[in-house]
Amino acid sequence: MTRFSSPRLHNTSLNLVRRIAPALAHRLLQAVLVALLVGTLCFFMTRMLPGDMAYRIAAGRYGYDMVTTAAAEAVRLELGLDRPWPAALVEWWGRLLQFDLGVSQVTAQPVAMEIAWQLGPTVRLSLMAMGLSLLIGPTLGVLAGLKPGGFLDRLTLAVSTVLRALPSFLLGLVLVLLFSVKLGVLPAAGHDDHGSIMLPALTLALGMAAVSCRVARDAMMQVRGSAYFAFALTKGLSLRQALLRHGLRNVAAPVVAYLGVQLVYLVEGVVLVETIFAWPGIGHALVHAIFGRDVPMIQGTALVLGLMFVLFNALVDAACAFIDPRRRP
Amino acid sequence: MSMHSLSSDDFIDTAPQRRLGRAQLAGIALLAAIGSFALFGPWLVGIDPAAQQLDRYLEAPSLAHPLGFDQLGRSALARLAHAAQLSLALALVSVLSAAIPGTLIGLLAAWRGGWLERVLAAVADAVLALPGLLLVLLLAAFAPGGFWPLYVGIALALWVEYFRVVRAATRILMASPHVEAARLLGFGPLHIVRRYLLPELLPRLFTLMRFGFAGAVLAMSALGFVGVGLQPPTPELGVMMIELLPYYGEAPWLIGAPVLTLFLTLLGLLLLSPEKETA
Repeated sequence: MTRFSSPRLHNTSLNLVRRIAPALAHRLLQAVLVALLVGTLCFFMTRMLPGDMAYRIAAGRYGYDMVTTAAAEAVRLELGLDRPWPAALVEWWGRLLQFDLGVSQVTAQPVAMEIAWQLGPTVRLSLMAMGLSLLIGPTLGVLAGLKPGGFLDRLTLAVSTVLRALPSFLLGLVLVLLFSVKLGVLPAAGHDDHGSIMLPALTLALGMAAVSCRVARDAMMQVRGSAYFAFALTKGLSLRQALLRHGLRNVAAPVVAYLGVQLVYLVEGVVLVETIFAWPGIGHALVHAIFGRDVPMIQGTALVLGLMFVLFNALVDAACAFIDPRRRP
Repeated sequence: MSMHSLSSDDFIDTAPQRRLGRAQLAGIALLAAIGSFALFGPWLVGIDPAAQQLDRYLEAPSLAHPLGFDQLGRSALARLAHAAQLSLALALVSVLSAAIPGTLIGLLAAWRGGWLERVLAAVADAVLALPGLLLVLLLAAFAPGGFWPLYVGIALALWVEYFRVVRAATRILMASPHVEAARLLGFGPLHIVRRYLLPELLPRLFTLMRFGFAGAVLAMSALGFVGVGLQPPTPELGVMMIELLPYYGEAPWLIGAPVLTLFLTLLGLLLLSPEKETA
């Protein structure tokens, strides 16, 4: 369709906004759904976890020595813990909509403040992992796709099969044993210097690259078999030129589209890998909040991870549209 | 495959291959071996996985005890067998309790259409909005260390896939000439589902089940590994790994066994997929 209509029409910004709006609205709806789902689950958690939540929250706020019945009752009244659950649930949603995440029951700090500290490391780790995976996977995939059945193709197939059968937490373990214990070149855990991001990021990146490598390899094979690529070579372009001008964008389209699927792996992996490497991010905080039964922190961290997932998805949508004009909404 | 299996939504199988490749045969052999180890292992080993012989702690493998004893003097082979059984049983049960209702609801939604379909699709969207493992984590937080929240969480995260795939495929199939003809001839829903829909759906359902199985095994061991899944005395793969990690220098076979079991299970499931599949 688009091919026959005037190109100028499509480049007006108004038109672009009009066509991007539904896709954006879908992601916004997804964000609201994430908030509702996480909020509702956490609301029922406060009611179903053993122990009196009012005392636990009072202890979190005022310290364990200052908890009196009066303080607990004040908390109970304030949070509506004495009210029937439907009314309290609506109020709970209301607070969530005002971005009021409450106070951590363990550190007595506002959850929003805690998360503000943890967001940086998590975003840094995710972006680093994504960047590394795009650097490793598609590069090897394109090289493998240039010579199907060749040595590199068979090697990357074997390595990627093994990596895909190796869960991220075990891959992390293997990398620690290799780089930290045997070779002693990278720190095994923590967050002190620049080297400490390498192992967690590499863990996530290798898991993602294992798949994107094969996606890029299949796309490269398709490009090689296509008429336009054959024509580019026939008209006298070198392989390098043909690859740069006609190949890479067509390989990039499926790789980036597949990144959308891999985001699930990334967000899930962040939780596990941060925990294993003691990386002070949101996933680490989520797991520790579950240890501590710190419901406000569970809610806040799960919410931010979910929203990060939605945001990354929206960015991948945009990148897809940028690379492949046919996918523009 | 690894963890995106809990929500890998873009694979609709193309025509399945009829002949099994070498990789698929290897996958079947691996899974058969692990499956029979899980099924008969606990009975064949015949040792209580919790029984301690404290004087034999970290004892090296011998003919009578092929994996030796762990750091608390428990038989490592008995624990491994029970852990494998637990993992595979949980995966099987949660995949089945996701697949059967998911398929039925998907068929219902596509068949009835209208507001029912829209409501169900909205519910599915809500579940898919969150990565599967986060949902499982949130449910596990209700009762840390329990088996039930884990099972419910995994099943809840998985059913959506069946719903979506079945609904999408059924909608297309319902519009096809032969289904239309069958309906015009007066055949009931049961006949149409059995005769026309299920044969088309089964290969796709099988793919989903394979991914779901891997996702369930993975979710359980991952949560066990970071300490929010099942708790230490339970012989569970992830729990065993994190428990035995400090001893990898003195007794590498101890941690190697659960790691290898998990790896081979996932590898077997991965190899089952037809050559063309990349996900």
